[in-house]
Amino acid sequence: MRLLFALISLVFAVNAAAVIESYEFDNDIQRDRYNAFIEELRCPKCQNQNLSGSDSEIARDLRRKVHDMIMADKSDAEITQYMLDRYGDFVLYRPRFAGTTAVLWLMPAALILLGLIVWYRMGKRRGAGPAAPVELDSRERERLASLLGEEDRNA
Amino acid sequence: MQRLKLFLPLIIFVLLALVFLGVELRVKSGDYSPTAMPSALVDKPLPDFDLPTLNGERAGPGDMPAQAYLVNVWATWCPTCHYEHPFLVELQRRGIPIIGVDYKDSADAAQRWLQEKGDPYVMTLFDADGQFGLDLGVTGAPETYLVDSNGIVRFRFQGALDEKVWLKEFAPRVAALKGGAE
Repeated sequence: MRLLFALISLVFAVNAAAVIESYEFDNDIQRDRYNAFIEELRCPKCQNQNLSGSDSEIARDLRRKVHDMIMADKSDAEITQYMLDRYGDFVLYRPRFAGTTAVLWLMPAALILLGLIVWYRMGKRRGAGPAAPVELDSRERERLASLLGEEDRNA
Repeated sequence: MQRLKLFLPLIIFVLLALVFLGVELRVKSGDYSPTAMPSALVDKPLPDFDLPTLNGERAGPGDMPAQAYLVNVWATWCPTCHYEHPFLVELQRRGIPIIGVDYKDSADAAQRWLQEKGDPYVMTLFDADGQFGLDLGVTGAPETYLVDSNGIVRFRFQGALDEKVWLKEFAPRVAALKGGAE
């Protein structure tokens, strides 16, 4: 039981290897915004880490920049745009909906739809009842008899 | 038809395997790099700046060369820049104007570097805190930008320049810019 619990908690374990930097904030809203940004922005140097999880130089610089901009009372849209202007859609873990990202957004829905269609059609076929018994012609019946006869002998 | 359906999983597997093999081959041959990132700056003007140079002057966009030029982001802490440097000197010899951006570095170390290894740069902007690097959207050093005579960024390359990269990525673009200007 204890082992099971340990295994289950492994599934829910989160990456706690966040970098520790001490930034000063005037209030909790600023701190929350900062934390939200470094979770949602992707480190441009690393293939798949957010700013909070990366120890690379560029992630450090970008965290400092996010902090600076929050302290300068920039809006969320302004901060996002600042990052987009420099690093493109790559930095957003939640990409915008655009021509280039349409596949990304629509593919899951399309696949679910496809699955539903296949499921529906399979269900319909099953609902149509068993296929009519196949009539064997004389040659097939002969072959069947000989096959069955062989089996009897083998047994 | 029914037969074909049985083989559907195998067919999908083979198709996927072919796709992945193709990508792998392109990675091996250097045609495609999974870490390369499109620059958000391409076809946009070089960001505004006002920076000291390693010679102690100040420079802005107005001080950039009149013809097409390269902007090379480097630093003495960057091992790949050591490898790249001789080729930059060679490019200067071929008459390619290069603007250096000494990125998050110490000015003393950078000056020593240029004295010892040769200085291929028209001028070297000293970007101590990396702000200009951020504005360029660099992810590290070295990175090289091709800027046309109107100050528009045309191409960005991440990693070391050498003869092979030059011939493949830069030479055709530089030739196209020259052709367009005449």
